[in-house]
Amino acid sequence: MKNLYSRFLPSVCFVTMLVALYAIFIYAPTERTMGDVQRIFYFHISTWWVAGVALFVVFVSSVAYLWKRERRFDATALASTEIAVLFMTVGITTGPIWAKPIWGVYWTWDPRLSSALVCWLMYVAILMLRRYIPEESKRSNLSAVAGILAFVNVPFVFMTIRLFRTQHPQPVIAGPGGDESGLAPAMTHAFLITLVAFTFLYLLLMQKRLAVEATEQQVDKLHKELELA
Amino acid sequence: MSYLFAAYTVTWILLFLYISGISTKQKKLDAEMTTLKKLIEQKK
Repeated sequence: MKNLYSRFLPSVCFVTMLVALYAIFIYAPTERTMGDVQRIFYFHISTWWVAGVALFVVFVSSVAYLWKRERRFDATALASTEIAVLFMTVGITTGPIWAKPIWGVYWTWDPRLSSALVCWLMYVAILMLRRYIPEESKRSNLSAVAGILAFVNVPFVFMTIRLFRTQHPQPVIAGPGGDESGLAPAMTHAFLITLVAFTFLYLLLMQKRLAVEATEQQVDKLHKELELA
Repeated sequence: MSYLFAAYTVTWILLFLYISGISTKQKKLDAEMTTLKKLIEQKK
């Protein structure tokens, strides 16, 4: 089963991404007021959504590491932190590119944008923390604690557009309007397909990154073996 | 249209950089592992 998953995941990821691109650029209609630039929405929201999932995985793996003290949980937390930072970087870059033609500015210090930037900085700091602590157990412990503490900010980022009056648009998916999301059905389909494509991309990147981590552990073992030989 | 192009280009560049970073690291580690295995065999 695991082999089947590893074998087909890249193909599934590639096909769903192609379908997503077709849905975004051909299937979904052009938005009436914003025009074609609104198509940034599909990648922008999907990357933030998947970043949220990745950050939740960091949180769960960090708790699991502190509880069980098993290296595989630390490896999962590290891999997921890296991928979350990657997706947040995409989200934090595509947002201003979309904002410029709509708001007239690339950036404004509104609660959603500011809290998202703080969130990104927190996880970049965790990756830096991992680089600067040479001792393995200390590094894993501190990163796990930081991974748990940083996650506190994630629900806040999610809630900012519900709690404050922001320049950033109110939620169009799962918002207070319920089913009346304001999106045309074809747009909702394109969004859901993109979300699935990015979820597969996350799984694929996790698989590749965890494979690197496993090889690194093997190399460490061989170094120790060589010292003893 | 140029903003749309910029957003999608940036996304693909960032993804490509990360994926190529992972592959390079994996290749380096594989090479190091092969060398270490050879050294251990020689010492035995």
